[in-house]
Amino acid sequence: MQIHISTHDGVPIYLQILNQIKYLVASGRLAPGEQLPPVRRLAEQLVVNPNTVARAYRELETTGLIVTRRGAGVYVAEGGSPLNRQEQRRILAERIDQLLAEAGQMDIQTEELIRLLRQRSERMKD
Amino acid sequence: MDGNVIRIANVTRRFGSTTALEDVTLDVPRGSVFGLVGENGAGKTTLIKHILGLLRAREGSVRVFGLDPVRDPVGVLGKIGYLSEDRDLPDWMRVGELMRYTQAFYPKWDEKYAADLVRAFDLKLNQKVGSLSRGQRAQAGLLIALAHRPEMLLLDEPSSGLDAVVRRDILAAIIRTVADEGRTVLFSSHLLEEVERVADRVAMIHHGRLVLVGTMDDVKAGHRRMTLHFDEPPSRKPELPGALAIEGEGREWTCLVDGAADSVRVAAEKLGARIAEEATPSLEEIFVARVKGSLRPVLIAEEE
Repeated sequence: MQIHISTHDGVPIYLQILNQIKYLVASGRLAPGEQLPPVRRLAEQLVVNPNTVARAYRELETTGLIVTRRGAGVYVAEGGSPLNRQEQRRILAERIDQLLAEAGQMDIQTEELIRLLRQRSERMKD
Repeated sequence: MDGNVIRIANVTRRFGSTTALEDVTLDVPRGSVFGLVGENGAGKTTLIKHILGLLRAREGSVRVFGLDPVRDPVGVLGKIGYLSEDRDLPDWMRVGELMRYTQAFYPKWDEKYAADLVRAFDLKLNQKVGSLSRGQRAQAGLLIALAHRPEMLLLDEPSSGLDAVVRRDILAAIIRTVADEGRTVLFSSHLLEEVERVADRVAMIHHGRLVLVGTMDDVKAGHRRMTLHFDEPPSRKPELPGALAIEGEGREWTCLVDGAADSVRVAAEKLGARIAEEATPSLEEIFVARVKGSLRPVLIAEEE
């Protein structure tokens, strides 16, 4: 599991961990049933306070994305939580917003952007 | 003793005409990683010396594990692993001798743990302390601070002057220590980035005064960085309530506010501006805004 922490832009560290795990699950890089590192190990790996990792895990557990099995560790929930699909859309929406903003700065209309998207999509299929 | 391993109440300390500490009140709860931040000469080391009983509180009181560290140095120092800023180790000893010498003072010295640390830090037992590199010297100092598994680890500027690899070792040691149930870490640093990563509580000290104390979560949540966008450039620097710092030019101005983000929104509206961006600032931004009234991430001067 690759997580990257930055202290430059101010986003609280627990939130960075939380969002990146959500992203890894939503994008399929963390599979249902896959084990996550224990709090202590992830804390040492990321060089962050163990309570920060514990808080991210706790909130992920509340949303049903991960489960803690007593004495056995932390796992990605089976069967994909309903949040999964929602989360995928949220991630995409963020990217789309960025794209729209950049296109706007370049004076490219939305219709033109959609046409470009189709074009790229066709090319990727080849 | 309650849940606080350190209780400092109303401590003031003067050296001649200089006030090193001014009415400092601070509690360090058991099990916390407490980051003490401030510029060089802000009073961090003076505060740490009071905790260790190296300085007597002339005004106010200091209690460590419920004891007065000046009257009961054995009871206090026996439970503390300490790494001083200047890492004053005996140069004439070899690393192995330094370990045996230190072990004699601590009945709870853990030989296996000490051996693990020697290996992890890649230290040579027959090397003279005086010939160690700066990084190795810090690691040797950390080793003897950790190997008796103290209830509290007290580190004065542990990262100063070290390269990234050794800094990482030191931070990892802090994390491992606190992950052991109920152990407490207090460390001072001018590297705000590492404090934000590792500490769960923070105190900012400036010219001997505490300017901010709290949990990291509260400190972060209590500040906002907001960028105001004006349709017409204001004729002079906009004034906003609760702003610790405000900088900008032309149509965009950025401010760092303490808590009251709502009142900034109202004030901005009155000035004819909209909030173009709003985010949680980094600990470094908060510090710089508090002590310098600036938004510029000036590097806090490294000593030497």
